Amino acid sequence: MSLARTLKATPTLFRVGFAGAIAYRAELFVWMLSTTMPFVMLALFSAVAAERPLGRYDQRELALYFLATFLVRQLTGSWAAWEINFEVRQGTLSTRLLRPVHPLYAYAVDNLAAIPLRMVLVGPVFIGTLLHFGVAWLPSSAALWAALFAAVLGGWLITFLINAAIGSLALYMESSVKLIDLYLVGFFVFSGYTIPVDLFPSWLSALGDVLPFRYQIALPVEVLTSAHGEGELSRLLLQQWGMVALLLTVTLALWSRAVRRYGAFGG
Amino acid sequence: MSRYVRLLYHQLRASVLLSAQYRADFLIDAAIEVLWAGLAVVPLLIVFGQRSDVAGWTFGEALLVTGFFTLLQGVLEGAINPSLTAVVEHVRKGTLDFVLLKPADAQFLVSTARFSPWRAINVVTAAVIFSFAFRHIGAPPTAGGLLLAAASLLAAVTILYSLWILTVSASFYVVKVDNLTYLFSSIFDAARWPASVFRGGLRVLFTVVIPLAAMTTYPAEALLGRLSWQNAAIAMGMTVGLAVVSRLVWVRSLSRYTSAGG
Repeated sequence: MSLARTLKATPTLFRVGFAGAIAYRAELFVWMLSTTMPFVMLALFSAVAAERPLGRYDQRELALYFLATFLVRQLTGSWAAWEINFEVRQGTLSTRLLRPVHPLYAYAVDNLAAIPLRMVLVGPVFIGTLLHFGVAWLPSSAALWAALFAAVLGGWLITFLINAAIGSLALYMESSVKLIDLYLVGFFVFSGYTIPVDLFPSWLSALGDVLPFRYQIALPVEVLTSAHGEGELSRLLLQQWGMVALLLTVTLALWSRAVRRYGAFGG
Repeated sequence: MSRYVRLLYHQLRASVLLSAQYRADFLIDAAIEVLWAGLAVVPLLIVFGQRSDVAGWTFGEALLVTGFFTLLQGVLEGAINPSLTAVVEHVRKGTLDFVLLKPADAQFLVSTARFSPWRAINVVTAAVIFSFAFRHIGAPPTAGGLLLAAASLLAAVTILYSLWILTVSASFYVVKVDNLTYLFSSIFDAARWPASVFRGGLRVLFTVVIPLAAMTTYPAEALLGRLSWQNAAIAMGMTVGLAVVSRLVWVRSLSRYTSAGG
């Protein structure tokens, strides 16, 4: 599993992943439709903020927040936990183990390869947002755009690594689909996907700061909508990438132990 | 008729016996359900931490809607979801043959094939939410309100079931439909809020196209004694209509079934 070999295989893995996304385009489209929850939450919070702003959010800020949430979710999606569960149960993980590329790397590329197709939905929503709200809300300097890139990449990595960790646990408990449900509970409440995290009462946001969820959606959204000053932004980015490093260590260790338990049964 | 009651009894018994084998699942399931319900209240707490009422609903009243949502989610996950996911699998593999060969109505058989009795924990959670809500409101519901709420709840369950039959019927046409069920759950999630918070297109969508309002908002209004007769009548009409349509669609879809996975 040398680095050179992995790098050489990457373009092919991308092509395979993209072809897969095209083949199952109807399925991908339904998945994307099921991520429209930010629009429901936008309607709800707009009703709440109809008379006076809610925290720092007036109607315009709310609309921008939830549109950004929708866009970030499209770019940071991962479904590796379901996939690993399925392949462990069916025994098809065997073919992945035979290949000279780390299986987690292959899952990661698979997720990233779906992004071009997701652009079909992301593009029009982004352009519509620009047409309606102008460009003044966007990051204003190259450094901030770089920060946005780092935040989105970090958010995706956290999402993917949690997925991979849950998937690894499927090798211990036959099916970890219930753990996915448990993870989603935390995600929906703490990630900023349904509620802006700065509306939380202080005790809850203190809890949210040490959990990974906040760095998956809320941070990239805050960078995109320029919600933080420089100092706060670098502190949060540092925490996010600390979380990435921690999850990377835990997940890789977990996977390499778990995979020894693989029995290649099923069929 | 009595044959179907007996059949239902046997199907239920088989499900209970099956679930009793996986007691560890119960603990995880119960933990997840209670956590879900607890966290489902968080957005409500945050919104009502900022405002004393939203779109005409106070905290206690909105909590009633959440209570009905929790209850219906229990019904969905415990009685409707497991059976109908099995149908999708049957259609994909072509094993629906074995169901169709049995001398009873196929829709009845597939709908009662599998229950997850542990999900009944949601009834307890909903009861806790209701008691909190009424302590907050300060006055217990009237007998008439309770009766009307029970009737609306029955209608809600029927609507939920009919919508599910419609979703599953789609599996005869598009085969791979498991993510349609996921889509359904994510739309149903909007039912945790009183329908009056939605405006414009979303309101039309949630009252007419996917009648979420009739599922959780109307029962809550009935409990509060402010469900208008007009809305009650519309909900009943919609319930009967959906039940009939879903049955017709099911029968029609069944005729498209080609067996042996297709």
